[in-house]
Amino acid sequence: MQFSVKQPAPVKGHLPVLLPMRSTGEAMPLTDKVFNLWTAALLFLACAAALVTPALAQQDGEGQRTILDILIEWTPTIGSGFAFNVLISVCSMAVGTVLGVGLGILQVSPLRIVRQISWVITQFFRNSPWLVLLFYCILLIPFQIELFGTEVPFPGWIKAVLGLSLPVMAYMSEYVRGAIMSIPVGQWESAESLGFNRAQTMREIILPQTVKRILPSWMNLYAVLTMATPLVSIVGVNDVMALTRAALSAEGRVDLLIPMYLYILCWFFIYCYPISALTRRLERKFSVQL
Amino acid sequence: MDSTSLIEWLRPDWFFDLAVVSDEYNRGRYLAGLWMTIQLSVISIVLSLIVGAVGAAAQGAQSRTLRALVGFFVAFFRNTPPLVQLYFFYFAIGTVLQITGDNGRPVPLVSNFGWAIISLSLFAGALNVEIFRAGIEAVPKSTVEAAEALGYKRLQIYKDIVLPLAVRISLPALGTNLVNLVKTTTLAYAIAVPELLYVAAQIWSEDLNVQEMMNVLLLSYVAIVGVLVWVLHHWEKKLRIPGYGR
Repeated sequence: MQFSVKQPAPVKGHLPVLLPMRSTGEAMPLTDKVFNLWTAALLFLACAAALVTPALAQQDGEGQRTILDILIEWTPTIGSGFAFNVLISVCSMAVGTVLGVGLGILQVSPLRIVRQISWVITQFFRNSPWLVLLFYCILLIPFQIELFGTEVPFPGWIKAVLGLSLPVMAYMSEYVRGAIMSIPVGQWESAESLGFNRAQTMREIILPQTVKRILPSWMNLYAVLTMATPLVSIVGVNDVMALTRAALSAEGRVDLLIPMYLYILCWFFIYCYPISALTRRLERKFSVQL
Repeated sequence: MDSTSLIEWLRPDWFFDLAVVSDEYNRGRYLAGLWMTIQLSVISIVLSLIVGAVGAAAQGAQSRTLRALVGFFVAFFRNTPPLVQLYFFYFAIGTVLQITGDNGRPVPLVSNFGWAIISLSLFAGALNVEIFRAGIEAVPKSTVEAAEALGYKRLQIYKDIVLPLAVRISLPALGTNLVNLVKTTTLAYAIAVPELLYVAAQIWSEDLNVQEMMNVLLLSYVAIVGVLVWVLHHWEKKLRIPGYGR
């Protein structure tokens, strides 16, 4: 067993003797060599393979297409379904952002009753499950409304957009409130001394400054919303998830299940990962270094 | 409006008119659903905390492969929809993982309740890994160095110095994530776990009282989340270190 001392930092007067000694190069005990994480993982994989292989083998018939061929064949359908999901997410984000900014401004209103009511609304929608809100909108909004004497149909996906925009509104409202509260009071006071009224101050001085603070959370919220869009398949909208399950039942092959679901997961991963990576970069850029 | 009609409009006996209160059969189902949701939430919360702690410890490990694996796990589970993950586990892996039952027919190895717990724990656990790691990184370097100077060993430092501080630092973010997890248990509806949303849907499709059940459902979830928030808040106050924060 040998000991080595951590390399001293190049600081004058920094004595290496004050740093703790760490042992390195210790021989690994035999038990650790055999029963470590890697062998455990290998054993697990071997067990999984042993379980999975018979299920795959019994499906082996003659003249069947390979799984890759099937995936490529269904790609246009899945792509169009995914585009629909993106459309739903963009629409709900737009509606939710507009409503949320309004609600957030109401949350810092000088009137106490307005503040309290908007706080209750925000907390209520923030703490109820997305799926329940979605059911609420799908089942309780009529499927067509009468507008100026004509019947306007109200398709399911628009109701789904409204249902998804409610939690977005609540989250956005909290972000806006937090951002407005984090603007120094001096900004309000100097605006007042320059003769701005409250609405002008809010619109021209406070809100532009909050954009930078809200942006990372807003992007993160968009990623979360996109990942919530498959929920609409539960309430009967034909999104990517519904199409995938239709494709799976059309093919009717057990060995297709894992690749197909992994394929869908990859679609979402490829769409959402850049957003969250960019969010993290923005967060780091805007963060205050202590 | 005179006073009698006002009282009639307010319906002071509305609570006893609810289908889940007046009808014994519905009440039983509702309470079973509530119990199932609570079970789902509590078990997933505990398992996700374990996944988070193990993952955060693994991300501080020496091995680069292990760190990369954990990083990939976190990135994948954070950036894919929880519903698709649940479907993947239940319909894809669950269909393949079957054993032969007593009557010779294939029987799933893990029930839908089991898959819901596995999927929810992994999803919330991936987020917990990030939260715990941020907490560990936020522990001041000088505190660790002071412990080293006092002769603490690596494991002792982790156990007695870093972890207690990191838990306190990550509590607010952890609270948000656990509340989210409780809300996400509604996804188990999709694989027919008889939890609150599922029984509510059963009741409203039989009794045709959609609006009433919806309101009951929303209030139930608000109550469950309220209890969780209260517990976490209480815990946070109890664990508070004097001299930190306000």
